[in-house]
Amino acid sequence: MRTINQFFSKIREINQRYSKPKVEMSRGVKFSLAVLRIYLFLLVVLMIYKFITVMNVL
Amino acid sequence: MDFFSVLYYRFKKVWKAVRLYLVIAGPGLVVMIADNDAGGITTYAATGAKYGYHLIWFLLLLIPVAFYVQEMTVRLGAVTKRGHAEAIFESFGAFWGWFSLLDLMIVDWLTLVTEFVGMTAALSIFGVPAWLTVILVVLLMSIIVLNGRYWTWEKIALGFCLLNLIYIPAAFMVNPSLSDIAAQGLIPNLPGGLTNELFFLLMANIGTTIAPWMLFFQQSSVVDKGLQEKDIKMGKLDTFIGSIITVSIAIFIVIVTGTLLHGAPIDDAATAAKLLMKTNHYVGAFMAIGLFDAGLLGAICISLASSWAFGEIFGWAHSLNTKVKEAPWFYVSFFITLATAGVVPLIPGAPLVLITLFVQVVAVTLLPAALVFLILLLNDKKTMGEYANTRLQNIVSTTIVVAIIILSTMYGVSALFPNLFQ
Repeated sequence: MRTINQFFSKIREINQRYSKPKVEMSRGVKFSLAVLRIYLFLLVVLMIYKFITVMNVL
Repeated sequence: MDFFSVLYYRFKKVWKAVRLYLVIAGPGLVVMIADNDAGGITTYAATGAKYGYHLIWFLLLLIPVAFYVQEMTVRLGAVTKRGHAEAIFESFGAFWGWFSLLDLMIVDWLTLVTEFVGMTAALSIFGVPAWLTVILVVLLMSIIVLNGRYWTWEKIALGFCLLNLIYIPAAFMVNPSLSDIAAQGLIPNLPGGLTNELFFLLMANIGTTIAPWMLFFQQSSVVDKGLQEKDIKMGKLDTFIGSIITVSIAIFIVIVTGTLLHGAPIDDAATAAKLLMKTNHYVGAFMAIGLFDAGLLGAICISLASSWAFGEIFGWAHSLNTKVKEAPWFYVSFFITLATAGVVPLIPGAPLVLITLFVQVVAVTLLPAALVFLILLLNDKKTMGEYANTRLQNIVSTTIVVAIIILSTMYGVSALFPNLFQ
């Protein structure tokens, strides 16, 4: 139990340490990150769709 | 100054540069040659068997692709003194950091499983049971890593890189026709037109040339070795030489299978080795030894890439220059990753085909993100200063990265939906 608590407090500490991005959020950076989010979202949707179709076949 | 004095002066200058290179050489060579891992050997063997020498020109195009992507990690590591995972956390925040770290962990572990599959298949040709191969590999890799010095680890890894050159004598032993290689392989052509099968193989070749773990590994390796800004020039040369060697090895594999197995159905490198043994015992044996070595090199680098990344984020000591007592979690994570991946091929009926498919798909979620972060980080003038990307470097690297993202996405999606591009 203590180890699990220590682990989660470490995660919280990491989240706090890196809470603010240090890179200058220029328009180019914001655009790239937004495109990346959309790209990853579409990929996840595709993977879920594949998973559901495979499960339906089984 | 007389002629001999000038000659002596020039020789001393060159010799000094060579000595400096030998000190700095390592990360670039190791990462590039380890790039020809078990999966890579299978791809090249299949390429040669299916299309003979016809795609050698395409492999040559991969030299600048590999170089331009990997040299950015050299600059980033030498300037920031941080690994790729830490750089992403710090620059883009915890969300993107965790995404990259967890994705890296999954991709690395799955890839490690495929390396063990390759190694066990290679040694099974010589009658070594799979369980013994796994135990020997885990023991050997633990000994290499536990020696407590980065320098020693790197030199041993370079020794295994040398063994990867075994495909060169193998290619000479099959007596290929040089005129055929030049006529068919060096002139860009698409044998049979751009069919679905050819397109999939081209994408597979790109996929094996740039893998997500390579970015994380080389940057962490540059940091662990302690390269400074002044070493960037030699670090880039190291990466360039590595990219030439890795593509050359790939071409020699294509020559071997293209000469002896042209037209044979090859699904994996172990099958190629067995078929080659029927024609030329030594060439088949070389293929099997090379496959084992490739799997071992891949495993050495991939397991370290994960451990370095975890150490950077969790704040553990994470250097090969530390003893087990000083960096217990670094070595524990290394060993757990290695041992759990090694067990999978031993499980009867383990879904190895599904794992291979998953590697391709999950890598597609990580590679574009890691590459985009790389370019954004290299454009952060506040951190990179004079080592930030120039306009020309941005044009070249962005073109390469966009092409890789499009092709690797198509590769990943076609792995999910095999009939999509037919």
